Amino acid sequence: MTEVPPPLLEARKLVKTFPGRRGGRAVDEVSLIVRRGEALGLVGESGSGKSTTARCIAGLLRPDSGRVLVEGQEVTSPRARRRGRRRVQMVFQDPYSSLNPRMTVADLVGEGLYVHGIEPDRARRRDRVVELLETVGLDSGHLDRYPRSFSGGQRQRIAIARALSVGPDLLICDEPVSSLDVSVQAQVLDLFADLRETLGLALLFIAHDLAVVHHLCGRVAVMNAGRVVEQGERDQIYRSPGHPYTRSLLDAVPVPDPAVERARAAARGWDGPGAQSAEQQKEGEGL
Amino acid sequence: MSDRSTDRTLLSIQDLRVSYPTPEGPCAVVKGVSLEIARGERLALVGESGSGKSVTARSVLRLDSEARLQGAVRLGDQNVLEMTSGQVRRLRGARVGLVFQDPLAALNPVKTVGWQITQPLRLRGVGRREARNQGVELLERLGVADAARRFDDYPHQFSGGMRQRVVIAIAVIADPELLIADEPTTALDVRVQARVLELLSELAQERDMAVLLITHDLGIVAGFAERVAVMREGELIEAGDVDRIYRSPAHPYTRALLDAVPRIDDSPGRRLSGGSGPAPRRSAAGKEEQ
Repeated sequence: MTEVPPPLLEARKLVKTFPGRRGGRAVDEVSLIVRRGEALGLVGESGSGKSTTARCIAGLLRPDSGRVLVEGQEVTSPRARRRGRRRVQMVFQDPYSSLNPRMTVADLVGEGLYVHGIEPDRARRRDRVVELLETVGLDSGHLDRYPRSFSGGQRQRIAIARALSVGPDLLICDEPVSSLDVSVQAQVLDLFADLRETLGLALLFIAHDLAVVHHLCGRVAVMNAGRVVEQGERDQIYRSPGHPYTRSLLDAVPVPDPAVERARAAARGWDGPGAQSAEQQKEGEGL
Repeated sequence: MSDRSTDRTLLSIQDLRVSYPTPEGPCAVVKGVSLEIARGERLALVGESGSGKSVTARSVLRLDSEARLQGAVRLGDQNVLEMTSGQVRRLRGARVGLVFQDPLAALNPVKTVGWQITQPLRLRGVGRREARNQGVELLERLGVADAARRFDDYPHQFSGGMRQRVVIAIAVIADPELLIADEPTTALDVRVQARVLELLSELAQERDMAVLLITHDLGIVAGFAERVAVMREGELIEAGDVDRIYRSPAHPYTRALLDAVPRIDDSPGRRLSGGSGPAPRRSAAGKEEQ
């Protein structure tokens, strides 16, 4: 055994291609590391491969090649994956389709406790579900209601409680706030920050919104056309990006401050290489 | 915003009320909104889902046939709510242009983009060749490379950002006085969004065209609009100059909305919900959500 403990999650040279897809590999030799308690943001535009990467890591897609390790243990075999999967849980973008509409909140949040044999006793399982709901800021009075009677933000809290139920060390979140209104998004982002602090939870946070990632993640990886073009500490990426693609993304992120926006527009000098070449490139892909 | 009416006033919405019939009786969606846009002015109407911002904007052209409208919507000296449906239809594309969120839904898949762009001109008796020349020129202005050749392509041959440029071309080719843009960049990637907003802004200034921008995104408003109106639950919360609203919003809801937006130039870890300032230590998650 080595002296340095292995990272919580490591993805090594993941490759994924989809048949018939033009423009090459969806994921092209992506390597990432998430350490215990750390939040890594994975950002990119649509089609960059960030969601496919997340799904390969979560075991929802089988990569063509490459390895996924949880604390140094390979989780690519089915048995190992089940073990690893408890440690790694996923939260999806759309809380309307990710929750079974025919299950009550108690069943949705309790399912993992039952399936993994964590809490076989029905009454104690219910108590645990109540605790989990409180952790994510939901009233335990909702136990026997169905997803349809909840707002988008509340549904996302249910999905988070469900993910937390099996005691994971890492949450993979794929655009978990992008379908929410700004005030609800703020509450869910605050919840993620709380969970990191109180549970020591690590996050792999996939988002197209660079401001959201800046807010939540201490380390950032930027993807473009299936590749990680740059990764590093938050301040380094946002204050002195090394890659022109990262710079062009940051230049385009709107800042809710009219004075700042005027200054940026004056400095920008449009028809620069950034936006135009991105669209030309997509045009070539026939999107 | 009681009475800003001047001879520069282009659109004046007065005490607009919109309701939809339901089996349980009429459901009020817009509850007495008054708003004015001057010629050439860029106004953003912002709010969260269900605020009534889209319904308000759509009322200007009476786009929802089931909606019951009360109040007055004056475009110049005419009240749109008192027009015949034929008169309202003739406003579209001529005096008022429209751009919606989903460009693919707004375009006819079996007609070339050129055909669609030139329609507003052709319907007004402009000759085929002249309409085509104007269309190609406008598409070029909107940054579509090789516009003359692409003029005879179909919508599916364009990317999302390019399609939205086509939609904008259709909306502005007949030189409308007002452009209503409802979440025009919500479906676009951030770099394409920035470019499309820049183009819209330039076009508006070149043509002295007013823009009513409907959006949930306070970030893009800051760079685009001169004035902002904030809506919540069918009511207008406040309206004013963009610098004033962002610097010192009068209404706590506006303040909370602005605080809720994460920014790349901000200190990370700030609490976004419920009050500004640095993060207070809290043991468990909050329960602010209604």
